[in-house]
Amino acid sequence: MFVPCGESVPDLTGFTLLMPAVSVGNVGQLAIDLIISTLNMCKIGYFYTDCLVPMVGNNPYATAEANSTELSTNTEVYSLPSRKLVALQLRSLFIKYKSKPFCEKLLSWVRSSNFTRVIILSSSHSYHRNDLQLRSTPFRYLFTPSMQKSVQNKIKSLNWEEMEKSPCIPEINDSEFCIRIPGGGITKALYDESCSKEIQMAVLLKFVSEGDNIPDALGLVEYLNEWLQIIKPCSDDPTASTLRWKIPSSWRLLFGSGLPPALF
Amino acid sequence: MAATFFGEVVKAPCRAGTEDEDEEEEGRRETPEDREVRRQLARKREVRLLRRQTKTSLEVSLLEKYPCSKFIIAIGNNAVAFLSSFVMNSGVWEEVGCAKLWNEWCRTTDAIHLSPAEAFCVFYHLKSNPSVFGSCPRKNMQITILTSRHVTDYKTSESTGSLPSPFLKALKTQNFKDPVCCSLLEQPNIVHDLPAAVLSYCQVWKIPAVLYLCYTDVMKLDLITVEAFKPILSSRTLKGLVKNIPQSTEILKKLMTTNEIQSNIYT
Repeated sequence: MFVPCGESVPDLTGFTLLMPAVSVGNVGQLAIDLIISTLNMCKIGYFYTDCLVPMVGNNPYATAEANSTELSTNTEVYSLPSRKLVALQLRSLFIKYKSKPFCEKLLSWVRSSNFTRVIILSSSHSYHRNDLQLRSTPFRYLFTPSMQKSVQNKIKSLNWEEMEKSPCIPEINDSEFCIRIPGGGITKALYDESCSKEIQMAVLLKFVSEGDNIPDALGLVEYLNEWLQIIKPCSDDPTASTLRWKIPSSWRLLFGSGLPPALF
Repeated sequence: MAATFFGEVVKAPCRAGTEDEDEEEEGRRETPEDREVRRQLARKREVRLLRRQTKTSLEVSLLEKYPCSKFIIAIGNNAVAFLSSFVMNSGVWEEVGCAKLWNEWCRTTDAIHLSPAEAFCVFYHLKSNPSVFGSCPRKNMQITILTSRHVTDYKTSESTGSLPSPFLKALKTQNFKDPVCCSLLEQPNIVHDLPAAVLSYCQVWKIPAVLYLCYTDVMKLDLITVEAFKPILSSRTLKGLVKNIPQSTEILKKLMTTNEIQSNIYT
């Protein structure tokens, strides 16, 4: 359930909800971190459930001593009212059998808050790509039918690739085709539910392998930015994109502590 | 998938935990009977509050019966040893109940047959001071959590081998206004499991709470690790509770010796 930081629940009618799926390489979560950090979004509440592994730490977006001591939990909600954006960040794994209840609670909140649309940032295992996908861009989109209607023209102009259907059961030759997102966590479940509940939802994903996924996250936010124009678009220079997005202070030591000098 | 040096392809664990999405597919292959069995098992999960001596359930919730303004939780053997030696040996503490929990991962069939060593938690209240587990309304409650972690969990730009362990770090909720007795846990370090669950609850529901976390390189009961909690004795919560520190240190040493004998495999 949503618990506000302040005394009252803020009015989020007409806002766009951005959220990650906990997926391969944690790309969606890294991307949301970049968005919250770059846009300096303000924490407005918590999405308190028993569905994710509990975790706490100090403010991951701290920029100075003064704002570094605010406690953060595993599911927090941030907003930027001027752009009518809300970001939900998930910071831990789902507890076994709890991902479905989480999806139900989330979509129920989406409807009661009257969000206009939900955008899920996700990823899928790159080793599952077929030959065509290997040769094309690693980014894909997926819209629910109600979303398709509202953004059809814009997406045509962007020249984006829609997520292809693949055999439901890969081992069987004449298996039916359906949308599969291996490594995508709750992406498919949320997408299916939103289709049936007529929620405007978009899935933006990248084919990735696990490793240092920071470049993948930067790629995914740039992809999102082509559509939403969260920050001003600029030249095609790839190095410029790294500078436009603010890396959160919590991204230090992603691969562990320093090494003992005696090792060398 | 990952290829090893020996040429075999193995399923590599996914950092994002998405192997469990197979459970989604399993969910579809699962029959309604399987789902019903799982639901029944989940319903059997319980956390029971009992009076330890009589093994009868407490009629009302613990905090209703004993509303308190200071709630101190120790998790792990070193934190418990600290609390037992320093805090609970000063003043008279009365055991008011215990909690036993059961879920489908326990080895017994239900909570009644749980052995004392399993999933056990005991509640005490200070007889002489009503403000600790006393008569103040819950709104003014402050929570202190003590626990320890292995020093290799601590992320720093130096090597963890060079850290002066054991050392204490703190995390506090927004509503906790008292000074803390050590430095705060810096990013990117995080805490999870039970201490995080308690602190998350307190942060969300605006209860003042502080977690004192001791990073140590000895995970079993250890004198130096327990003594690393000592700075907390000057905190507002514990200051009034601890009377005789030298006596407590003696009690702690005795506790260590008892445990040492038990762990000697040659006797």
